[in-house]
This record gives sequence, structure tokens and C-alpha cells, in this order.
Amino acid sequence: MSEKQIIAIIDYEMGNIGSIENAVKHLECKPLITRKVSDINRADKLILPGVGAFRQGFQNLKKFDLISVLEENVIKQGKPILGICLGMQLLSDEGFEDGISNGLGWIPGIVKRIPDKNFRVPHIGWNNILIKDESTLFNQLNKDLDLDFYFIHSYYFHCTDYHNVKASCEYGVEFAAIIQKNNIYGMQFHPEKSHRNGLIILYNFLYENNDNMLNNSHQVVDNILENAISDDRLHSC
Amino acid sequence: MLKKRLIPCILVRDNLLVQSINFSKYLPIGKPKIAIEYFNRWDVDEIVVLDITPNKKDHENLIHLTEHISKIAFVPLTVGGGVKSTEDINKLLKAGADKVSINTNAVLNPEFITKASKVFGSQDIVISIDVKTDIDNNYEVYIFGGREKTGIDPFTWSKKIEKLGAGEILLNSIDRDGMKNGYDIQLIRSVVDSVNIPVIAIGGVGKISDIPLGITEGNADAVAAANIFQYLEHSTIQAKAAMKNAGINVRIGTKANYAQKLLHTL
Repeated sequence: MSEKQIIAIIDYEMGNIGSIENAVKHLECKPLITRKVSDINRADKLILPGVGAFRQGFQNLKKFDLISVLEENVIKQGKPILGICLGMQLLSDEGFEDGISNGLGWIPGIVKRIPDKNFRVPHIGWNNILIKDESTLFNQLNKDLDLDFYFIHSYYFHCTDYHNVKASCEYGVEFAAIIQKNNIYGMQFHPEKSHRNGLIILYNFLYENNDNMLNNSHQVVDNILENAISDDRLHSC
Repeated sequence: MLKKRLIPCILVRDNLLVQSINFSKYLPIGKPKIAIEYFNRWDVDEIVVLDITPNKKDHENLIHLTEHISKIAFVPLTVGGGVKSTEDINKLLKAGADKVSINTNAVLNPEFITKASKVFGSQDIVISIDVKTDIDNNYEVYIFGGREKTGIDPFTWSKKIEKLGAGEILLNSIDRDGMKNGYDIQLIRSVVDSVNIPVIAIGGVGKISDIPLGITEGNADAVAAANIFQYLEHSTIQAKAAMKNAGINVRIGTKANYAQKLLHTL
């Protein structure tokens, strides 16, 4: 097999990124948790993770001087990037969590609070997405069952251009679950915590430009789940 | 539609997986890591790990276990036990936890809830509430692993923690713990009605058919249990099947064919 792809997981001090690193490693790529310009430049793909408040997230991107290097890689060079949860929300124009803040402005829309009239907020748990448009991300998902993913958030991305919404989810409002505009991808749920479906969709992002690899999404993920065995057991066998 | 969750809970004491009875007797079962390995294959929606070792000096054991679990389980993980500071929370989140559960220290220092939810976001902060009935059958919140009463009723407390910034409630009944006589439905329903954040019910499951009742009767957002999942073969799949048969909207994910077979035979 050819050399492993380098995936830069942007470290801007917003939340637990160990699980993403772990999933990327299982999916046969080389994760780098980093905010170094040279790492971001040499990476094949980028992941912008994030748990926490919008304003703090954007401030941290500024504080670590990440905005220009991300723009250079993503907007100028077209390097694929995946924003997860807050990382997806930061792709928007503006967010209203903990005051008003700018976003990266790469995908038109705003981020606002889920209305809590008849629904408990945060939206925590497994919810099914509704596919709105074709995307490589949906390759080899089992569409006969509900496509459930793990969500945990109080704010949602309201896209003003529906062409960028590849899948939505319903919880009081219908909101964007997966967005994509050219090389820029976003997922409101946590693929690294969404078991089989999550690993398949993450795999599809990591190998979106490799048809041979995309033929094996399901098989690779099944193998990972079958072989996730504790070291205690290995020692006792 | 948001699914109702099934959550196995792992109780760890001195690094051993234990069964708890009324928060006072603890029977060792085995290594926690092996239990987790099964859960990851069996369609559980989330895993809760509570380290109930009394008077522990640090969280090293729990951190180690959290690191391990997050490497093999691709579902969300909530951990807790003696969490006192934002530094504790930070370490556990870094080790791979998605949410951290706080109990005693939330009662002793309620501002801690606000501080923690400001730093990490409400969605990461679960407040665990242990409830016991007194001789007059009134509900009361207990702390220090059920050893000390607080004089607070769980409904007032639930409302207060919601205001302070809690993202979710893990509601346990000390009376039902390990007794195998089913959830305290009245308690669950009353707490659920008091707040607008998700409530996870735990305590008292003795048979698979008890599990759906936490949702159909108690209105909980998620049902958890500990002991039953250690003793019964394929218990989490059976639990999912029982939930589905009770008309509850659940996630049927990984071993769909197997689960559906069970659905027909149950």
C-alpha cells in the first residue's frame, strides 16, 4: 500500500481530540495533532475539531494565528478540510453563542441556539440524518436502517444556501447535519463517537479522492470493530 | 427523530468491576476492560464509568481506564467519581471522556457546576444525583456514595443544577440499587417533569423487561443499568429488543441482523 496520508487535526485548545486521533489512526492514516504551520502545510487533509463555545473557539483560532494558514491551505490550495461539531459551526459567517462572533465565513450561514420550547436542550444522543443531496460521504452506509449519529450540541448551523446542505437532522428545527462546499466539509455530529456509521463516514472523507479505497469502506470498518479487543484479553489468551 | 438511549454503567472500586447493593455492599466481578469490550460490540449507545473507590488520592486509575476505553469504544463515554476541580475534568476529557459526571462536589460547592459548564460547555457536565427515601417516604439527595444526607429534595436540586449549567442528569435510586425490583418510576417521572435537560435513569433493573419502563412509564431520555449487563449473555441486545418491542424508538445499529432475529424470538 502507498504511504499513509497525513491528517492534521488542528489543536486550538477546544475539547477532546484524542478520540478523533484514535479513529484516524484506526482508519490507516497518520494523525498529527498540531497548530504548526509546517505541519498544516504538509498535511494531505485537515480536521477542525471542537467542543465548547463559538466565540471562544474563534478567539482561539485567532490567538494561535491559524486563520491565515487555514485560508492558504483550504481556500487557495483547495486542501480538503472536515469541521466536526464546533469545528463545523466555525465555518459559518457568524455565531451567537456567548455573545456575537465572526466565523471563518467559508460556508454562508449563522449559528444559533436550538429553540427549547418543546425539546430538551442540549440535543444529546443518537438521531438520524436525512440525506438531501449526493455526496461521497454517504458511500457504503446502510441506508435500509435509520442513519443514526451521535449529536451533542445546543447550537445549530443555519445554512443560508441550501445547496451546501448534504444531510439534515430534525430536533425542534430542521438543521444542517452535514454540509459540503467543494473541498470544505462539516459534520454537526461526532463521527468518531458514532460507531459503525461514524467510522464509515469518516473513512469516506479521508479517502474521498481514492475510488479503490472507497470500495472497501464497510469492510475496513467492520474489521476495526471486530478487532477492538482489550489488552487484558490478549494477555490472558 | 432522537433515539432513546441504552447505557450500561460500569462501577469500579479499587480497579475492579463491582456489583453494588444499596450503595453499601460491593461484590467484585472482574476486570472492567473486558466488560467494555463486549459493550462496544453490542449496540450500546453510550458507556458510563463511575469510580466509587472511597477516599482515593487521585484519579490515576480512572484516567488510565478512560484512556483505554476511548481507544476501543467508538461510542460516547461518561466518567465520574470524586471529580472536584476543573483540572480533574480537564484530565478526564483529555484522557478521552466525552462527558464528566459530578456528584458530591456539586452539592458541596454548587458554583463549581457553573464554573465547569462555562469552561467546558454544559453538554460536557453531567450531574449525578443519588436519592433515598426517608421513613416518611420523602425523597432526599445523598452524597459521599450514599453515606451522608443533604436535606435537599431531588426536585428542587434538579431545577437548581439546570439553572447553574448542568447539561444532563444521571438519576440513581439508593433504595433500588442492586435490589432487582425495577426503577423507581415515580422518582424518575418527577425529576423529568422538573427540568428541561435530559435525564438518565439508573437503579433497580433486575430483568430485561424492567428497562423499557424507565422510558414508557418514567419518561426518561435514557435508561442505564449496571449489574444485569454483567450477568446476562447478550443482555444489551436483549434490552434493545425489549425497548423496541415496547414501541420505543431505539438505534438498531451494528449487528442489525442479529438484533432483529432476537426481536422476533422475544
